[in-house]
Amino acid sequence: MSNGYHIVVCAGIVPDPLQTLEPVTGPQGPALRNEMMLPAVLDPWAAHALYEAAHLARNAPGSKVWLVSLSPKAKLQQVMMTIAQKVPFELVALDGPASGFTDAGETAVALARAIQAIPGLDRSRLLVFGGWESASRGAGATLQMVGEILGITDQFQGVDALEIQSDGSFRILERIEGGVHQVSACAGPPAVLGWATGTLPEPPNQPQIGMQNMRAIMPALQGAQPAGLAGGKIEFLEVRIPSVRRETQVIKDLSPEEIAKEIVEWIKE
Amino acid sequence: MEKILLLLGVDAEGKLSKAGLEAVEQARRLACSLPGASWAVGLVGRDAQDAARQVANCGAGKFLAVTGDAFASPRYASDAAAAEALARRSEATLILAPADSRWMRALPGAAHRLGAAVDTHIAAVEVADGAVQVRRWYYRQRIEAQQTRRSRPWVLLMDAGNIEPWAGEAGETALEALPAEVAESWDRTKVVGVEAPETDEQTIRPDAGLLFVAGAGWTKKQPDGLSHLEEAAELILDFVRKTKCSLGSSKSLVELSSEGQAVLPFLTHLHQVGQTGSTPRHPKGLATCCHGEEPHVVGWRFIKERRAVNLDPNCGWAQGKADVLYVADAFAVMREVNRLLG
Repeated sequence: MSNGYHIVVCAGIVPDPLQTLEPVTGPQGPALRNEMMLPAVLDPWAAHALYEAAHLARNAPGSKVWLVSLSPKAKLQQVMMTIAQKVPFELVALDGPASGFTDAGETAVALARAIQAIPGLDRSRLLVFGGWESASRGAGATLQMVGEILGITDQFQGVDALEIQSDGSFRILERIEGGVHQVSACAGPPAVLGWATGTLPEPPNQPQIGMQNMRAIMPALQGAQPAGLAGGKIEFLEVRIPSVRRETQVIKDLSPEEIAKEIVEWIKE
Repeated sequence: MEKILLLLGVDAEGKLSKAGLEAVEQARRLACSLPGASWAVGLVGRDAQDAARQVANCGAGKFLAVTGDAFASPRYASDAAAAEALARRSEATLILAPADSRWMRALPGAAHRLGAAVDTHIAAVEVADGAVQVRRWYYRQRIEAQQTRRSRPWVLLMDAGNIEPWAGEAGETALEALPAEVAESWDRTKVVGVEAPETDEQTIRPDAGLLFVAGAGWTKKQPDGLSHLEEAAELILDFVRKTKCSLGSSKSLVELSSEGQAVLPFLTHLHQVGQTGSTPRHPKGLATCCHGEEPHVVGWRFIKERRAVNLDPNCGWAQGKADVLYVADAFAVMREVNRLLG
């Protein structure tokens, strides 16, 4: 494709996976204790989508990458300080909750509206990327609804590879049951791709790209519009941490032979 | 009164999956728990006759189908259209489906067309005071919620492994075939096949009784100052072959591969369990050389009996999370385990 792609990556932010999470109930429903104080990262699967988008854009001249994020803008700004150094993109910020307890449908409407409002977006060249699930709500449903609202019916989830063929069509690998990939041929954009881990490592920090990105990111954050999520669609009856603490029996004084015998007996039980 | 539609995909052999049969049992129980509820089964595939016979005696009041070559392979556009047609025909207020790759891909989009709410990865569906309640996980299996919705239609995609599959006798039933309106635009996407990762043998077995997880410790330097990748690979694969278990890996070990470092050659991102990997369901799990806290633990949420072999007795992963922690050299232990397995 001579003019490249317009790639919109939908990406939320989530608490750093190393943090301990505790649910609390507030006036707006369930939330995380000290949610605004928890260090945040770009959602891991969405981050993979961003790296894949940047890689694709680099190899298709004329392409451009937007990152659309519905998050509290103060937290998003913190995350951008790191992510902006990874790959070039333009931020479209929506100010709203990054909570996992929001409704996927409401989130999809807000994201789709934001995408529709991107100036100069060529819908015929559009690829909507995102994580196939998030590490917060984990619905795996939002991108499909974004695609529906945008009128895109070529959709793929659990994507690990997107290969551009010589005729401009796509060869796409999606994860399916049993540790294998479903292989599809797609005529080209527009399409929606929910990424699994992809094939690319996390890019190293590049301060120059960071400085370049941040020039546009700060105004985008300042101008972030409220996402306008009404909430209340889901009635939460109970939200809790499952009791998972086990009494671990630590065995230090057995030989490898004795341990192996125990393990084999346990496997065969 | 609720009208329940259970959507099931029919595979290339005309059969239903285990996850599909679990969903049949879930729908049957739900219909029995809701006074006055009716339920229908909606089948999608090339041909649905055999699948309809398979579940003919499940108790559903009606069997609907959208069939034809266009619906043979799982594909967003055709599956979403089929789901929409079946939902409209059945006038369903509750639409259930297994949370497999086919319906996870297509059903949220169909829900949008139907003006329906959608909840996915449902672990349980219950009825209390005449209202449907569901249980699901948030934050990668770290927080559990019981929730409900008043709006209808309501789409529920149910995770596998939470209920015994329906196992009734096959029989005969009337199948109502809905007219399939195939759009030309669907052919923009063609499913061309299934491909296994580039490894020598299949090591991911979702139905295995044991999950064996290899951590990054297998690649570290051993007491002789050298790493022993070849031996590690042999020990792991030998164990997997002998026990027919499923092989998993920690994120760190998989990522060493994508960073170009020498690693175990048969591991891919598909093996990864944890925060950004899978959360498989197996009765038993054996972790070797794994380290880490929450990101790793979420991958083990649904492993019932857990044992670990690790050199560090204070490892955050094993303490409080495994039932038994053997403080030992995994090379020595697995060498002996393989010998005993013969």
